[in-house]
Amino acid sequence: MIKESPLHFHRMKDMPSTHLLGTGTPMCAGCGGLEALHNMYDILGEKTVFVNAAGCMTLLSVYPFTPFRGGWLYTAMASAPAGAQGIRDAMDILIKKKKLSEDENVEVVVITGDGSANGMGLSATSGTMDRNLDYIYLCYDNEGYGNTGQQYSAATPHAAITSTSKVAHGYPGFKKDLFSIWAAHKPAYVATMIAAEPLDLAKKIEKLQTMKGPRMLISLAPCPTGWDYDPQLSVEIGRLAVQTGVWPLKEYIDGKVVHTKIPKQRKPVEEYLKLQGRFKHLFHPQRDEQGVAEIQARVDAYWDEVNE
Amino acid sequence: MTRKLLTGNGAAAWGARLSCADYIPAFPITPQTEIIEDLSIWIDSGDMDARMTMLESEHSMITAAGSAASSGVRVFTATSSQGLLYAMEMLYTVAGWRVPFVMVNVSRGLSAPITLESDHNDIMAARDSGFMQIHSATCQEVCDNVLMAYRLAEHAAVRVPAIVNLDGFYLSFTREPVDLPDAEKAAAFVGEFDPENLQFKSSAPLSQAMAVLGGGPYSYFRYETHLAVQQVLSVYDDIADEFADTFGRRYDMIDNYQMDDAEYVFVMLGSFATKARDAVDSLRKEGWKVGLARLRVFRPLPQEKIRSLLKGRRGVAVIDQNISMGMGGVIHSEITSTMYGVNDAPAVVASFIGGLGGRDISQQEFFQMIHDVKQAADNSTTLEARLLYTKNELIEMRKLQAIAQVEHAEIKQK
Repeated sequence: MIKESPLHFHRMKDMPSTHLLGTGTPMCAGCGGLEALHNMYDILGEKTVFVNAAGCMTLLSVYPFTPFRGGWLYTAMASAPAGAQGIRDAMDILIKKKKLSEDENVEVVVITGDGSANGMGLSATSGTMDRNLDYIYLCYDNEGYGNTGQQYSAATPHAAITSTSKVAHGYPGFKKDLFSIWAAHKPAYVATMIAAEPLDLAKKIEKLQTMKGPRMLISLAPCPTGWDYDPQLSVEIGRLAVQTGVWPLKEYIDGKVVHTKIPKQRKPVEEYLKLQGRFKHLFHPQRDEQGVAEIQARVDAYWDEVNE
Repeated sequence: MTRKLLTGNGAAAWGARLSCADYIPAFPITPQTEIIEDLSIWIDSGDMDARMTMLESEHSMITAAGSAASSGVRVFTATSSQGLLYAMEMLYTVAGWRVPFVMVNVSRGLSAPITLESDHNDIMAARDSGFMQIHSATCQEVCDNVLMAYRLAEHAAVRVPAIVNLDGFYLSFTREPVDLPDAEKAAAFVGEFDPENLQFKSSAPLSQAMAVLGGGPYSYFRYETHLAVQQVLSVYDDIADEFADTFGRRYDMIDNYQMDDAEYVFVMLGSFATKARDAVDSLRKEGWKVGLARLRVFRPLPQEKIRSLLKGRRGVAVIDQNISMGMGGVIHSEITSTMYGVNDAPAVVASFIGGLGGRDISQQEFFQMIHDVKQAADNSTTLEARLLYTKNELIEMRKLQAIAQVEHAEIKQK
């Protein structure tokens, strides 16, 4: 596949000024997933086909409307990566048999939520990495089954209140480390990102465009309806996720994990937690010192290991 | 034309090769695996210009089959039994995508209990999916059906995926002489794949398989798929004629045997119809006017043909190698609903369930079925559905249970 000549995103003013994704989609106001998709799409461009699994983004394309200038295929919750496999294989066959010219080629992009990525779709995703499929996978991670009303998923963080963990202490489990699971497959590229850090995101998209093979992205997607906060706080919460160290920005290339933005002085996690209704029980009616300290300790332990 | 001794699986693989399939998403499952093994050898040796991708499940396999067909290539795939059910969500999905491709299903009984041997519950579970279905009774037919299935599925008036069904073991692993169609003639018969509007290319972006809101658009697309499957009934005969002109073998939607003057009729599908033919021959020798109607095209169900074929007969024995729990034979209920209200419909349309999990249906049982149907017709009575099982089978089963009980008691004592 012919790659576009590399862009150079050094500063915010280098970012694309035209926005490709259409408006008027039925996503919630302040959707952190849509924001990441916007940023990514501006760079990837319209020579793309998005392959979608059941989730919030299914409603992006409702007949006969679509915000995409390129292609779209809705599959099912478990098999969007397999859908990408079929399209990539078919286009390669058509190009090889000279039934399609090279310049008609498109980049195949899977887009799923964390529910599909961490659970039902993980086997299909793993399969594409075994087969070194040339595609991009974006997981918009809003840490729960958002489209059905935020039941907890394998990506839900400890202590979060969800519609299936409404009890006093919230979700008892811990967020699955999908980044490491993906990286263990040794694909071409794995990265975490967040729309609230658009320059970091842009650099990653720029970088993966120069690569072939599975290029895997997890974007933390602050979710006003699922996390219970005012939509105008989405960017602030996103930034705090990075500044508190809750959401490490990193990438995996050539067997190494590199952190792309290490917060020099991490803010206390409670600054991130207290803005969200799903963690309200940690602060009201009285502060749960132990609960907050446990979350802080886990974040500190992560970064202690990184900084060693 | 080359005459070869081929298994049903081998014949299916030849069907895909002769149809010039571009892409084979695959996943192994007994008794289908030989099909994808044959294809992979031909692809590796350069005898077949195609690509095979081994997926990690049948669910993914059908997704990839559908998305590749959506991108404009000719797709072939194959599965069986548990695999077909694992893929079931995607069967319905890709049929709705209106992607014409061909899948061979090698019928095998469903779990539980788990078994490898043949019956039709797997393929009956795909009945309502939007795939058309053609059923085979010989290895020759398996190969020929694949070629015809591409023509039917890709027809401009149809554009739905097709399943070609064959019975596990009885056909999949049984060698029969097969006249292989000449490669050039086969390629000409099947023709180039016309993707029509199925494509993903940068100059002509397209959204496929979008969501709908509300029952209006949903119903519209669902009805469209139903009507498209029914279109097979109108285009079938021309394609069968062309096949006969090219290769010398004519296949009707229903394969009739000794039907002209038949008073009693077996209705069934699949390879066990070969046994029914033998039974018809024997019964004819004894003076019984018996015939056999083997359904080859089961989706769409050729209802008009069934009505004109069965009206005026005294009795019908429908043999189902499947069982709808709490209801009975699937084909039986389809035949009775097809015949309901038809003038001069047979008074007796009896249901016999047999051949589950590879169980044989003996000649004696075929005779008994016709005997019972005749008796019911003579006495103007109805026949309860029969679950075929012999006294000897029950004795053998009791022996197994006795062993199990002894072993169980042994463990308890320890």
